[in-house]
Parts: sequence; structure tokens; C-alpha cells
Amino acid sequence: MLELKRLEIRQQSFRLSADFAVSAGRRVAVIGPSGAGKSTLLSVIAGFFAQTSGEVLWDGQLLDGVGPGKRPIAMLFQDGNLFPHLDIARNVGLGISPALRLSAQDRARVEDALARVGLGGMGARLPSALSGGQQSRAALARILVQNRPLLLLDEPFAALGPALRVEMLDLVSALVRETGATLLMVSHDPEDARRIAEEIILVDDGVAHPPEDAAAMLANPPEALRRYLG
Amino acid sequence: MAQRPVAIGRRSGYVAAALILALLGVPLLAIFLRAGGGVLPGPSDWAALRFTLTQASLSAVFSVVLALPVARALARRRFPGRRLMVALTGAPFILPVVVAVMGLLAIFGARGLLNGVAAHFGLGPWRIYGLHGVVLAHVFFNMPLAVRMILQGWQAIPSERFRLAAQLDLPPRQVFRLLEWPMLRQVLPGAMAAIFAICLASFAVALILGGGPRATTVELAIYQAFLFDFDLGRAAVLALMQTSLVAVAAILALLVTRMDGSGTGLDRALPRWDSPGGWRRLADGAGLALAGVFLIGPLLAVAVAGLSGLGDLPSGLWPAIGNSVVVSLLSALSTVVVALALSAAMSRVVQGIGLLPLALSPLVLGTGYFLILNPVIAPGRLALPVTVLVNTLMALPFSLRVLAPAYLRVEADFGRLADTLALRGLSRLRWLLLPRLRAPLGFAAGLAGALSMGDLGVITLFGSEDRQTLPLLMYRLMGAYRSEAAASCGLILMGLSFGIFWLFDRGGGKSHA
Repeated sequence: MLELKRLEIRQQSFRLSADFAVSAGRRVAVIGPSGAGKSTLLSVIAGFFAQTSGEVLWDGQLLDGVGPGKRPIAMLFQDGNLFPHLDIARNVGLGISPALRLSAQDRARVEDALARVGLGGMGARLPSALSGGQQSRAALARILVQNRPLLLLDEPFAALGPALRVEMLDLVSALVRETGATLLMVSHDPEDARRIAEEIILVDDGVAHPPEDAAAMLANPPEALRRYLG
Repeated sequence: MAQRPVAIGRRSGYVAAALILALLGVPLLAIFLRAGGGVLPGPSDWAALRFTLTQASLSAVFSVVLALPVARALARRRFPGRRLMVALTGAPFILPVVVAVMGLLAIFGARGLLNGVAAHFGLGPWRIYGLHGVVLAHVFFNMPLAVRMILQGWQAIPSERFRLAAQLDLPPRQVFRLLEWPMLRQVLPGAMAAIFAICLASFAVALILGGGPRATTVELAIYQAFLFDFDLGRAAVLALMQTSLVAVAAILALLVTRMDGSGTGLDRALPRWDSPGGWRRLADGAGLALAGVFLIGPLLAVAVAGLSGLGDLPSGLWPAIGNSVVVSLLSALSTVVVALALSAAMSRVVQGIGLLPLALSPLVLGTGYFLILNPVIAPGRLALPVTVLVNTLMALPFSLRVLAPAYLRVEADFGRLADTLALRGLSRLRWLLLPRLRAPLGFAAGLAGALSMGDLGVITLFGSEDRQTLPLLMYRLMGAYRSEAAASCGLILMGLSFGIFWLFDRGGGKSHA
């Protein structure tokens, strides 16, 4: 379970507060107008940006002071999710060992993960030799081997076309169902949320609201969400 | 509170910075202590100061004034060989000073090409030694640098403005007044200040072309106080004088200069629509041709003279080559390691410490180390290690200005991804930093290696027949009037300097013009 206790984030005139918990294994969309602080919220949870006050806990353990790589978190950013100078297999392998010391068993895991996302046999290629959709798949293969209980997606598929994006979301959805990981996914599009999220965190006007049931919320949007959806 | 994670260890950056401070500070302290009990500067010392300021001012003015038409022509003309010409302006930076001076002597010297032609018409002979020779050599080295700085300014003018000027059919005078003059007003003072600061610390040029009471720089006076009088107190006083002079000039130059040092992208040919034809076209062509001849002529002269001397190679050549190659490789390695460590701190203060060697001249450092070592061990025995150390310090600012911005870019682009994957320490170095920094690392190592290969500075204080580098051997041969043997050394040295730069830069995989 992810807990945000009386979390306050301040940066110059920017302010965001959050005080809620997300149950383990849930798939949650984070929705709100641009500039509201969706990405900042994920950055704080991932450990890239320090909160002003309050606590972030995972399964009752305080995450403060724990480096991003040491948190039980895997994350995909809007771009730059692969090292362009390393081939796909190594990019995925980094998810197992940062020093890339891989046993034969590890290498088999990498190959399995690549096959699982439809990139079987392509491990020797550089990211530049892949299409945008394939690059996203490769990044997801790494998420798979990282096997962390909390997955944060900061709109990694925003640059893909609509059909490809839906395909990726379905893949993500299948992966987290399989691993039982908790998913927090920033999105602009309520359709994305409807497709894979069980709950929605609405970020608006300096507050990240506690998660609520996605279907109910979209069927009968509260005032703040209605303003955003237009 | 979550903290920004440590990359490959900011600590390594702080350690490197402390090391630099010690390596610069301790010799300065030794000089201070020694000068404290010493004498006040005498008349000849003040004369050296006056000469230093005069030659540096003249060199800066001539370099920039002559560079202007060349840079302008490169900026607005497109012609085959333009890339080569731009690359050529980078060559003097890594050209050994002794080699260039020898080339200049072959063209402008008493028995040089020009005097030969003049004699046919009953003119001359002109002598190259003295103020005008020193300034000539400085212009040879720094005019191309000025061309690069000014060209960078020109390239930085958005091409949309030139498009607009072409659309409005502005005459060249208006283009100059509205677009080019405002840029020049910003760039020229920086170029002049940088060249002035560089020329203040001139040693090898003054050593060969200057000398005597009327043409001695402070840097050269330090050497003379050392070698001729073995007056360490006076050397220390002069070193203090030189340090305050160079430090002030270097700080001023850093403040008004806006060049990043890599000069990347200068060979891009940006579109221009306003290149005027007619006599202006001819003038541009003539300017470029003259500059080309001025830069290539001396090198060709060394090459030609060197080839004919290759049959009669001087004794001691092979050990000298061995020493030079080892010193150069070690300097390149240590410079890059220190520059990488300093970059890892990602702090302006630490980077500023890495630029500090600009404020000290090689002979000042040499004096300091000599004072420290002298009571303990015969300093000559450490000639080569001290040379590596001083060369490393001297090359550091240039390497750092190439490496540090590239390092910041890699961390900005991939730092967060590396952090989520817990890439730290050696893993981060091996899988992220080294591969992404290959090109700037190769370029920085090439610069450091070439600068060290051609260096004729501190080795003149410490070196001996048993422990000499190729530039020192060449200088000695010139002093002994064995010009053929010296020329063949020059050719080899030129090949080694350009070769080591080329090797490292190629190893980095991407070449900078």
C-alpha cells in the first residue's frame, strides 16, 4: 500500500498537497489540467524531488532519504526511457543488474521479457533501429524484469498515435494484472482512464484528491473534473 | 527528506578540486615565502613588465583586426575548401610553438624567403628578432583563434535576420550597421581580452624571438633569473609580478569572453542571401587566400626543410621522442581524469577552480615546484614528472570547458533514468557516462596530449641532456645553429602533435572542426 501522509509540495508559487492511500494492486489514473502538478506528484513519490513536509510510505516503510533506484518503484518518463548507446537487451538487462553482470539465467529472463512484449530476437538492436512503438515495448520489457511492486507512468506513450497508445495501455494493463503491481498513471485523456484504471486521482487547484472509483467518477463527474473535461 | 542522489560521486569532484587548489596553492606559497625575503623589482624587471604589456596589447590588436575580414569572408561566402579553412584555424592551437617559430623564421627570418626576394630588389635585410618578431609570432597563433571567436559570433546571428535583410534588399552597409556591428561590439572585446591574456604568459616565442634588455617578457625574465643568475629570490619576485598580471587579465578575459572553447559547429554553412558581389567578393577571396598562405606557409617551410634533414638525425632524438610521447600520453590521461572528476561535481564553484590554472603561467608553477623540491632532491631528476604535472594543470581549463557542459547535458537527458535503475558509481560511469561522453572525452584528451607534446615551458627549467623532451632538443639544436637537424625534429614533432590529437579525436568517434 502506498501512503501519502499530509504531503505538502512547494516550489516558488507552486503548491500541492496530498493526504491519501492507494491500495496494493490497484490501477490508478492521475488526471488533471496541465500544470496542476501530476508529474511533480509522481516525481516526489519516485524520489526525484523532495516534498516540503509530510511523508511517503510503502507498506508502512518510510521512503524519505531512499534514493530513486532503491525505492520499490519502476518508472517510465515522457521520453528518454532507453539509453540510445546500448542495445535493447542491455537496456532491459539494466533492470536486473545496474552493473550489467548477467548470469545465463538473467539473460534468459531478458529474452523472455522481450518475447513477452513482442520483441523476441531483437535484443541486439539499438533503440534507434526500432520504431516508436517498439521502443515503448522495449521499455516495458525492462519494467517487467525490474519486477517492482509500484509502477509509475508519466505519459510515456504521449508521442504515439491513438491506436498504438491503446495497444500499449492494454499491454501495461496485462503486465500489471500478471505481476500484481500497483499502477499510477498520469493521463490527459479520460478515455485512457476508462480503459485501464479502476480508480482516479484528480489533481486540481493545489490538491491531489483521494482516489475514487473510476467508472462512477466518469459517469457522474464532480465539479472540478467536469471543469477539466469541459 | 529525499535527496538528489549522488551521480558518480560529487565527492570525486570535491577531491579533485581540493587537489587542484593544493597543486596551485602550495607552489604559490613557496614563491611568496621566498619573495618575502627577496629584493624589490629592479629596472630590468620593470622593463620586462613594460615589454610584456606592450607586446600583448599589440598582438591582441593586430590579431583581431586582421581576423575581422577573414571571419567575415568565412561567414558570408560558400566555397569548396571552406570546411578545411575553418579546420585550419584550429590547427595553431595544437601546433608546437617551437615548430611555428621555426617556420616563421624560414619565411620572415634573416635568411628566410621574404628577405631572399627583397634582396633581389636591393631591399632589406629585415630582422625578425625583437618586438615585431614576437608580435608576428603571436599574430600567427592568435589571429586564427580570433577568427574562430568572431566567426562564432557571426554564426550566432539568427539566419532569419539575414533572410529579412535580403527580403528588404538592405545594402551591405546597412547589414553591417544593423546586424553585424551589434554582434561585433559584444564579441571583439572578449577576443581581444583573451588574446591579451594568452600573450602575457608568452614564453617560448619570447625565448626564441625576443631576449635582450629590450625584448624580454616577465615569463622569460623568470627563466633568465633561474638559469643564468640562479637568483631564486628574484625569480620569485618576478613570478609574483607575473601571477598578479596574468590572474587579473585571465579573470577579465573569462568575464568578457563568450566562447565555450569547443568551437563545435563552426563548419556549418548557414544560408546567406546578402553576400555582395563585385569588388567585395574579390576582397573576401584575397583576404582568405592571404590568411591561408600566412598560416600554411611556415608549416610547409618546416616540412620541406625537415624532409631534407631526415637523413641526418641528431643524436638523442629517440630518447627525446620517447620522453615526449610518454609525457604527452600521461598528461592527456591525467587531464581527462581530473576534468571528468571536476565535471562530476556539477557545480560552478568546482568548475571555476578547474579554470584557475589559467591565472598561473607554466614558469611560475615551475619556479614554485623548483623551490619546493630543491631542498629535498635535485629537481632535474623529477624533470619529466613535473612536466606532466604542469602540462596537466595547463591543459585542464581547456579540457574542462569541453567536458563539463557535455557532462551536464548527459545528466540532464539521462540522469533520472539512470537513477531509477540505481546506476551508480562505476556502473554509471561504464554504461552511461563514458559511452555518451566519448566524443568530448576524445577531443579533450587530444587537446591535452597535443598541448603537452609541443610544450616548451617548464621543461626548460628542469630538463637536462639526459632528460629532455623533443621540443627542448629542438630548441637546443636551433641554439646551436644546427637548423637542418632542428627542422627534422620540427617535422617529427609537428607530426606527433597533430597525430596524437587526431588519434584521440578519432577515437572519440566524432570530429570537431
